[in-house]
Amino acid sequence: MGGTLNFSIKTETIKGWRLLSVPFIFSLLLLAAPLTMMFLLSFWTQDYLTLDKTFTLNNYIEAATQPVYRLLFTRSLLISLTATFFTVALAFPMAYFISFHCGERKALWLFLITIPFWTSYLIRMFLWKVILGYNGVLNSFLLWLEMITEPVTFLLYNANAVVLALTHGWAPFAILPIFVSLEKIDRSLLEASKDLGDSPIDQFFRIILPLSAPGVIGAALIIFIPTVGDYITPKLVGGTDGLMIANMIQVQFSKANNAPLAAALSMSSLMIVSFISIVFVLFNKKYLRRY
Amino acid sequence: MSNQVEVQNVIKSFGSVKAVDGVSLEISEGQFFSLLGPSGCGKTTLLRLIAGFEVPNSGNILIDNKSMDGIAPNFRPTNMVFQNYAIFPHLNVEENVSYGLRKKNLSKNEKSKMINDSLDLVGLSGLNLRSSNALSGGQKQRVALARALILKPKVLLLDEPLSALDKKLREQMQSELRHLQRAVGITFVLVTHDQEEALTMSDKVAVMFDGKVEQIASPRELYEKPSTQRVASFIGAMNFTNGKILNSGKVLKIKSNILGEFELPMNQISGKPTDENIEIGIRPERIKINPVKTNSKDLIDGKIIDISYFGETTYYKLKCGERSETLNVSTQNSFGQMDYKIGELVKFEVDNKSIVGFYS
Amino acid sequence: MSNSGKYLKIFAFSYLVFLYAPSLLLPIFSFNKSQVIAFPLTGFSFQWFETLLYQDSLHQALKNSLIVAISSCILATILGTLASRATTRYDFKGKQVSLTFILAPLILPEIIVGVSLLIVLIQLGITLNVWSVILGHTLLLTPFSIIIMNSAFNNLDISLEEASMDLGENQFGTFYRVILPLVLPGIIASLLIGFTLSLDEFIIAFFLTGTDTTLPVYIWSQFRFPKKLPTTMALGTILLIVSLILLSLSEYFRRRTSRSNNSILEE
Repeated sequence: MGGTLNFSIKTETIKGWRLLSVPFIFSLLLLAAPLTMMFLLSFWTQDYLTLDKTFTLNNYIEAATQPVYRLLFTRSLLISLTATFFTVALAFPMAYFISFHCGERKALWLFLITIPFWTSYLIRMFLWKVILGYNGVLNSFLLWLEMITEPVTFLLYNANAVVLALTHGWAPFAILPIFVSLEKIDRSLLEASKDLGDSPIDQFFRIILPLSAPGVIGAALIIFIPTVGDYITPKLVGGTDGLMIANMIQVQFSKANNAPLAAALSMSSLMIVSFISIVFVLFNKKYLRRY
Repeated sequence: MSNQVEVQNVIKSFGSVKAVDGVSLEISEGQFFSLLGPSGCGKTTLLRLIAGFEVPNSGNILIDNKSMDGIAPNFRPTNMVFQNYAIFPHLNVEENVSYGLRKKNLSKNEKSKMINDSLDLVGLSGLNLRSSNALSGGQKQRVALARALILKPKVLLLDEPLSALDKKLREQMQSELRHLQRAVGITFVLVTHDQEEALTMSDKVAVMFDGKVEQIASPRELYEKPSTQRVASFIGAMNFTNGKILNSGKVLKIKSNILGEFELPMNQISGKPTDENIEIGIRPERIKINPVKTNSKDLIDGKIIDISYFGETTYYKLKCGERSETLNVSTQNSFGQMDYKIGELVKFEVDNKSIVGFYS
Repeated sequence: MSNSGKYLKIFAFSYLVFLYAPSLLLPIFSFNKSQVIAFPLTGFSFQWFETLLYQDSLHQALKNSLIVAISSCILATILGTLASRATTRYDFKGKQVSLTFILAPLILPEIIVGVSLLIVLIQLGITLNVWSVILGHTLLLTPFSIIIMNSAFNNLDISLEEASMDLGENQFGTFYRVILPLVLPGIIASLLIGFTLSLDEFIIAFFLTGTDTTLPVYIWSQFRFPKKLPTTMALGTILLIVSLILLSLSEYFRRRTSRSNNSILEE
């Protein structure tokens, strides 16, 4: 009995792995191996073109102690967290509007929201530079309307510009998951809560918000994790005050010829991001139960 | 008639659950055979074992005396009508019906004749090019039948084929299926949880509980002589009351609170005797209610405590006997039938020949 | 309730304006006569589109991008289809962990994926060319393909496969006659989305491109020259239109899978 039972499970395993092994091995070779390699490299030293493979923690010590790296880490986290907060905060009412107030037009609204994001990310971020610049669209528009007498300079080349561009650039990644979680809420629950005496505001905080929490948490992670490592946005609209860790990784890797330090910076940011994400998920664990 | 399908001591488990637990049964050629039981009793698994979609952990399945061990579904002489019909959505009616003919090496004319014949058989003539998305539930059902029957299987397996249809259509399809089976003469094995469906359509019914076959019998035998209390209460309704055996022999003398002393032939009793206790089963329609004034010493006193009206029948709940046991009685509301009120005292009698006993 | 609905509606429309503002500049300034990207507009002109015709380095970049996009969307769709079929159809140990791992590039910062791949390629002494970009893009696109194919395979009723086997088809015949036609719209959607994403991808291409510049890398290099801005805007407009067409097509195909398969369940 036991043997034959194992046999049928075994065939499922064989059939499954026969298909999955190809993409899995591909990911092992192109993701796991490079990450491991980067991890190893972060403990080595590079002197121009020669690589010293003796184990050292110097790169990590440098990453942790040098003020410039600490500044870049904290700035990247702050920018990313702020952008995540604003993106989610703006996306929630939008998703709520589509899910609860659009009736038949849901698909149309979702379509309308995604269209602007069919422009490449690179060009969209560049357009923010065009909008916010000294001779840019916004300044020229305001001058034309005679609302200002000379162009304002505080718009571009700072951390705020990066936050603004990111809040714009990642909007659909917040709207869609939140929308999906709102859609999943059984509408009869709302009727039940109303029937049991909830006001619309009670209903929002006692039913809608907790039940859509998985979508909100998902959206926050989907935006936070990649934006910490964003390269394009700070490079285009950040100026020197808005540069982030990814820009430094790139500099260390190419111009400064210090790949081990770049690797250590990459690994450090990966670890910091993972740590914050895990804490964030644990903190919200009670909302992630399956309903 | 020879046995077309033989299931020999088959066991099939999923994880720790034994879905089919040592089932043996035989199905003769040309029979309309039903597997009846509540959901989760293993009837669908048994059907899928016969079709070859599941492999038994132990035991054997034979079709035409040939072991099906290691034979894939596509090489078995069986075809199946799926519960949701499994009509290929990207193919039209004709393409669905002729799906299995591809490897049969037929000329175009032979093929189209076969398609039209099988569509005629299920009453869908002329719908050859209809898109399968445009079919109603009943039509999908017919396409599924035509698609399976065109291959002239030795056994046609039907997995709850009528459960998705509404009541009227279901009743119509029941009689159509029965006629179809007689017309083609193919062995049908039907899985259903609907006892009425099983009784009206089948030549033979296997009742299953918890992965085991409890009784295999003709519909009439199943209803009139159920072998266990579970079968008795699953098929139709049955009153149960306790009795004591007073003697031994070919005809048992039994004393019951309600019925007093009466005789029960051995062939109306199932199970193995343990002690002097016996459970007595009485069908509700085998009890007759009379007005309280009726003069006869064989009648028993009772009181009506509840009435449920169903149109052609009325169900009464009677209270009777020393321990105030309740009995359900059904009466046909035919011409001349008396009506009774709640609280009314009555006298009733039981058709002794219909009483069954189960050793408890 | 209706009052809050009104405020929500006002918010929704303002938010929509915010979302559209940058992209709307693309067509506006690509048809604007002036070389300076600023208001007021100076007049209608096709000149910036015309200059695109005479830029050899752009054409080379376009050719590279097409090679990369076509190859990587095909490779990613093959890998994504395999992974999706395995995980939607079979239940086995290690399935969830390995699937999560394959999906990781979806959320990992691209710079980390790019840098780590570059480190390995340099260590192995492999010359960077279109092929290194193709491999990087395949890694990046496979998760998207898995998500699209998952919805196609999840809509595929298992009893259709069983019906085919029951009617005498073997596994290959069942795949060819039932599974493939039913998930084909999903495959097309996956190819189109992969193609579009690859065509737009910058970071991985930036790190792995070597001398075979792709279109986004070319555009990046053009950002340094203010004089070339209108031309870049024109290029951006064309890319936007191409993306719009491709993604509308993919959406059409994606919907077709769910519709045709769902209709079995709708009575």
